[in-house]
Amino acid sequence: MTRISLTVDGARVADDVEPRMLLVQYLRERLGKTGTVIGCDTSNCGACTVHLDGESVKSCNVLAVQADGCEVTTIEGLAQDGQLHPVQEAFRECHGLQCGFCTPGMVMQSVALLKENPQPSEEEIRLGLEGNLCRCTGYHNIVRAVQHAAGAGSTSTSDTGAEQGVTA
Amino acid sequence: MTAVQEPAAGSAATGGEIGRERRRKEDQRLITGRTRWTDNIALPGMLHLAMVRSPFAHAKIVSIDTSEAKGATNVVDVLTGADLGEAQGACINAWAITEDQVTPPHLPMPTDRVAFAGEVVAVVVARSAAEARDAAELVDVEYDELPAALDLKQAAEDTVLAHPDLGTNKSAFWRFDSADAGTGGDVEAAIDKARGDGIVLEREYRQQRLIPAFMEPRSVVVDPTGEQITVWSATQVPHILRFAIAATTGVPESKIRVIAPDVGGGFGGKLQQTPEEMIAFAVARRLGRPVKFTETRSESLMTAHHGRDQWQKLTLAAEKDGTVTGLKVELLADLGAYVAIVGGGVPVLGAFMFNSIYKFPSYRFDCQTVLTNKTWTDAYRGAGRPEATFAIERLMDELAAELGEDPIEVRRRNWINADEFPFSTVAGLEYDSGDYEKATQRAREMLGYDELRAEQKQRREAGDRVQLGIGVSTFTEMCGLAPSRVLGQLNYGAGGWEHASVRMLATGTVEVVTGASAHGQGHETAFSQIVADRLGVPFEDVEVLHGDTQVAPKGLDTYGSRSLVVGGEALVKAVDKVIEKARPLAAHLLEASADDLEYVGGRFGVRGTDQGITIQELATAAFAAHSYPEDMEPSLDAEATYDPVNFNFPHGTHLCAVEVDTETGQVSMRKYACCDDIGNIINPLIVAGQVHGGLVQGIAQALWEEAVFDDSGTLVSGSFTDYLLPTAADTISFDIDHTTSPSLTNTLGTKGVGEAGTIASTPAVVNAVVDAVRHLGIDDITMPCTPERVWRAIQGVAGGGATEGAAMPHFDASTGMDGTVDRTTGGAQ
Repeated sequence: MTRISLTVDGARVADDVEPRMLLVQYLRERLGKTGTVIGCDTSNCGACTVHLDGESVKSCNVLAVQADGCEVTTIEGLAQDGQLHPVQEAFRECHGLQCGFCTPGMVMQSVALLKENPQPSEEEIRLGLEGNLCRCTGYHNIVRAVQHAAGAGSTSTSDTGAEQGVTA
Repeated sequence: MTAVQEPAAGSAATGGEIGRERRRKEDQRLITGRTRWTDNIALPGMLHLAMVRSPFAHAKIVSIDTSEAKGATNVVDVLTGADLGEAQGACINAWAITEDQVTPPHLPMPTDRVAFAGEVVAVVVARSAAEARDAAELVDVEYDELPAALDLKQAAEDTVLAHPDLGTNKSAFWRFDSADAGTGGDVEAAIDKARGDGIVLEREYRQQRLIPAFMEPRSVVVDPTGEQITVWSATQVPHILRFAIAATTGVPESKIRVIAPDVGGGFGGKLQQTPEEMIAFAVARRLGRPVKFTETRSESLMTAHHGRDQWQKLTLAAEKDGTVTGLKVELLADLGAYVAIVGGGVPVLGAFMFNSIYKFPSYRFDCQTVLTNKTWTDAYRGAGRPEATFAIERLMDELAAELGEDPIEVRRRNWINADEFPFSTVAGLEYDSGDYEKATQRAREMLGYDELRAEQKQRREAGDRVQLGIGVSTFTEMCGLAPSRVLGQLNYGAGGWEHASVRMLATGTVEVVTGASAHGQGHETAFSQIVADRLGVPFEDVEVLHGDTQVAPKGLDTYGSRSLVVGGEALVKAVDKVIEKARPLAAHLLEASADDLEYVGGRFGVRGTDQGITIQELATAAFAAHSYPEDMEPSLDAEATYDPVNFNFPHGTHLCAVEVDTETGQVSMRKYACCDDIGNIINPLIVAGQVHGGLVQGIAQALWEEAVFDDSGTLVSGSFTDYLLPTAADTISFDIDHTTSPSLTNTLGTKGVGEAGTIASTPAVVNAVVDAVRHLGIDDITMPCTPERVWRAIQGVAGGGATEGAAMPHFDASTGMDGTVDRTTGGAQ
């Protein structure tokens, strides 16, 4: 067992974890952060995407011990003070989700994408979301949602409170 | 997207909810991570299961030594099929397509022999999922490998038997002949005549095996500690699952509660009663403790049922001018190792659709279902209809090529004209409405068909390295499964009705219960719109409940594009009953004659006065029950069970333009335009989503996806690294639009839309790819049309060649994993 302490969605937490425990397992099984989901076992699907010190990562591809001392933001920490993040709002507005299983990862990746490139072209959006699989939407409305969020100027608020002031 | 051009009929008169682009009620939870996936559920004392699976496609189980696993840390028990005995129940086939269908018994955990790689032979129960998986590697199973029936055509020859005791791999032979049925002429006579003075096209197409690959892996939690045993499952069919568990375990149905909480997609793939559900149920009962099983993605791809997998032998007869005279279909369909819940019924659902929108005077459909030692197959989005549509739409393009004509012109010559509805088809169905010309014209405009044809001609003449191809697919489908009477005639084990109830709460809000269990389709939103519109209450005041047999005790769940057209109609009937129940109470309280009341906008008004009472006020009055007519019960609640009178028949024209690099075989999609006629639309936003998603699944069959087994029967496309699910970077944006011919078989005039995109798009894409290289002498490329296969076709290999069944494992050979071992156990054998 290894002692880790980190900040998850703005809350400071500390636990003893097995070195082999994945970050996604830690989030789901120890913290009850079940908003982040597991869709595959080969890091292809991206459903488990979260932000680690402001960068998007597939949390099935990060060990919990690697997150020691870090700031983690999940889909559950994205909305602030009851206000949806503009990307969340855009996914609803543009019907960018159906079953919703890929959505936590898709939203987190889209936030990261817009932070890096506030005005992406359609091609840049499609390439930027290449690591996240969706089986319902055919991606059409997910692309629209990201364009919608970009148009709404989401980049000015794309940093959540939990991520602000953190150097990656 | 292109918004719907015409508002749905009736929207002005009925409160304006129908046809409105309501944002989904479901989304607030889903976009904030406030979700109830089955794997999220944790109960006090809950144990975790891991499955020990066969690495062999076909083998005798000689012995299973569980002792080491039982001794592992935090392992509670390790159980085999023999340990569970009859308590494990059985997996049922609900549709024996013939009286003499050969159906192997299907135990969740077989005791003596495994019939496909991935079949469960033992289950480990431990305090954590990780410990269960670790211990699964310690279970020592000795197998005696048997020859496996793998190739579909060879299996049909019975040279190697998938189940030696049965004596044959042939499960059932099903025929429809228009001459016998009295719906048309003799197809052999039509073919003979065409051989003399017309055109005969003979083709054989391969429908490759696909994997539904829903994003949420299947998961099941069983809690036996209550009076009812509660089963949470990532299923499309909670009601059918409850029935199947009760019917095969002897536990009374009334003692079982099944809940499908948030379910992450299905596409037919979760229309099943799975071995894992049955094993979890049996283990929970045996140990008296809650248990959970969540599959890994590899387990899901390997053992959740697959779809398609047919060889299609087709003979089309036509007159010299291209007027079709007959169609003969001979199918071989791979069932896999067992006949799944719908199983052989899937190809039969296609039997009525090969003739599609065309006026064939004669038709015969033969289907032989075949058992093999591979993963079982069952419904996958479209279920039988994509296969049929692919065949006929590929053939119509071939007929056009034979005639040297435009493929749309040949179709027009043969399709049912708008003034010919209702139309009785050669397959015995009655199409109620449609306008193929109108949808085709619109799709043509959207694609820029004429301009692209001109460009194609110019580039072909210039000998461009990258050639342009244009594909056409004018499809129809039957959906809204299904009239119970018809299902009975087809020997299906259940009916096709749906149930709904409407509860008027004392505070004026409305609870709606539907038996159609959603998993991403947006029932909560669309059904709220229907109720709000018809009952005249605010959209926000309607709560739609589903997916729990305790809340929604009656239902037949969601599949076959049935929710709106069957479940929606049940809802309409329940709402109408509420209004009629409220009428005498309104008359009583208003001291007016019921005949003088009119119900408008959620309020009974006395004609010619300003007196009235709202449905909410009536709900409160019924709750208080202080004053109501003597012959009335003090309740406005109502329920309805609706059995559809007919299928309905969405149609549309899908056009696709692709660029094919003749040097590399690379296909890239340039434009995709479609115009679907799905009748009146409740929510255009949801409809567009269904079309987009359906398109990509169909396009993926054409270009990317295939379940591939090696020559020992191991699935080599058993991870998302190997099974090519398209990404955002592989796909394009689509131009979609609608024409509207309201269905005449339901009150709302709606047709199904869930499967349309998938059914229509596959042949549009393959037709486009073939069209791009037809001038090089190519008339077919086997799906998926990978660059390698397109390139080989250009090099002169017929159809681009077969799929290699021995893909290289993508991991390091030094690990000893050579692609023939069960990956889910980390390589343990």
